[in-house]
Amino acid sequence: MSADVQERGIISTADRNRPLIQYGLPAIQVLLFVGVLVAGVGPLLWLLKSGLSTSQDILQGPMSLWPSGIQWQNLPNAWTQVQIGSYLGNTAIIAIGSLLSTLFVCTTGAFVLSVLRPKWGPLVTGAVLATLFLPGVISLVPLYLTILEMPVLGVNLQNTFWAVWLPQAAGAFNILVMKRYFDAIPRELVEAARIDGASNLRLFTSLILPLSKPILGVVALLTVIGSWKDYLWPLLVLPDPSMQPISVALPRVAETTEISLQMSALFLAVLIPVVLFLIFQKQFLRGVGMSGGIKE
Amino acid sequence: MSTARPATRSGRSPVTWFRSGGLSSVLFALPLVLVFLYFSWGPIVRGLVLSFQKNNLVTTPEWVGTANFSYVLTDPQLPQATLNTLYFALLALVFGFPVPLFLAVFISELRKAGWLYNVLSYLPAVVPPVAAILLWKFFYDPGESGVFNAILGWFGIGPFAWLNSPSLAMPAIVLEATWAGAGATAIIYLAALTSVRTELYEAAELDGAGIWRRVWHVTLPQIRGIILIMMLLQLIGTFQVFTEPFLFTGGGPDNATTTILLLIYRYAFINGDFGAATALSVLLALVLCALSVAYHFMTRRWSTT
Repeated sequence: MSADVQERGIISTADRNRPLIQYGLPAIQVLLFVGVLVAGVGPLLWLLKSGLSTSQDILQGPMSLWPSGIQWQNLPNAWTQVQIGSYLGNTAIIAIGSLLSTLFVCTTGAFVLSVLRPKWGPLVTGAVLATLFLPGVISLVPLYLTILEMPVLGVNLQNTFWAVWLPQAAGAFNILVMKRYFDAIPRELVEAARIDGASNLRLFTSLILPLSKPILGVVALLTVIGSWKDYLWPLLVLPDPSMQPISVALPRVAETTEISLQMSALFLAVLIPVVLFLIFQKQFLRGVGMSGGIKE
Repeated sequence: MSTARPATRSGRSPVTWFRSGGLSSVLFALPLVLVFLYFSWGPIVRGLVLSFQKNNLVTTPEWVGTANFSYVLTDPQLPQATLNTLYFALLALVFGFPVPLFLAVFISELRKAGWLYNVLSYLPAVVPPVAAILLWKFFYDPGESGVFNAILGWFGIGPFAWLNSPSLAMPAIVLEATWAGAGATAIIYLAALTSVRTELYEAAELDGAGIWRRVWHVTLPQIRGIILIMMLLQLIGTFQVFTEPFLFTGGGPDNATTTILLLIYRYAFINGDFGAATALSVLLALVLCALSVAYHFMTRRWSTT
């Protein structure tokens, strides 16, 4: 983003030669760097250190740099005793399922609204757009009741992963981002494919989807991290401990586990999203920046 | 063209509709429509209905008119919860609003390594909130060897009771929320800042404006739209805060951190009174909608003057 060549910003080249700026700016820069470093990496490093310490060390000297050695066995202990492994597995199942349902619904939906453009399209777009303006709190309780007994179908989705996967897909934001992207695909390409005799399905799978890989990646990342972070909803619809994701399990487990194992469990819970973010940081930051564009 | 159009429309039979791909449009739209009916619009409508019913999932629902609303509005817990929620929103605005803006303006001025600041400041936003809260809960340990108290102890300050003190609990929660949220907001501001035209700075400089005046008179007005939107979104978000007070303090100490959403949660999932819970949700949603509309008109008036 800002790695691109910048001609000038608020501060001009002439300003940069003034002594106050010449020395002041780097000073602020260093100060701020220390600030974001401490805020961003500090807690994670502390967590890593504590995850590898004894409970006694954590409680007596939480800020001492090198307490009585590294307890590597904390990590496998957390994995087996706290069952972090199975909770992480549930989290992954939830995240991947949410990802698939979100991508399926928002690509097919955006395809209709942006490419096929049926007469009733604007009505659907309006209905989707309107939900952006309604606060989520209004549907929390009735959504829960819907999961307990699906209208018309009469099935109970509680304690099934569908209860998390399906509502996730009803996100207006993703659909609008996707529609915006599809809108920017040149109509000539679509027309050319049609003249070549492509059906709607073929148009969708062989033209639109391959052209949209960047946006698919962004939506995928934001969905995975979003579902990794979710707490209240899975807490409500997955009361069965063996199905709960890590975020729901952690506070429950924290009450009965000793502090060192708790810290290693927290560390393992944080590790995956952080690593995902560090690998895909460019796509991430672009996606977040884009969400601001939509809100505008 | 104009004469041909009515002819084709009147001649539109199911067969031509089918041939022109009408059915496949419907099939493609089906997942979207179903998901929104079931999980978005359905619950919204159902919530409105539910708020006028007595519903505890055990006995059959019955209509009670506005009884839920009057029950909720006269609940002695409501004033405290409302004040707490407003206090949370105010603190979040005071703490959380300038930090990302300052960060973004500064990062946008960096010629190199800007991405590093981005990554570092966004890092807290990818930590799952529950893990962050459990970690910070430990940081806020009231003992002298608690992490924050230990650090403040180096400077001879404290120790503080943090989450155990009715006056400090809410600021402590907001501090964590700011830490978690500032990075993401800064990224949005940064994206907006890239659209500010550099000629404006040049012009301002030629007019003799110093760096601060350039920030104040050029940068901030240029991204005013997004600043106002982010402010509104933050307000709407903080009015619906749940996870932080729920996990940090459970609403305590002495109800000092009970927010409206915590109250809704208690009505529905502890007392099993779904009618009262939705009535309060509807009231909160109405307030938020009114807030958005008022905000929209106010800011529109400002931007024209």
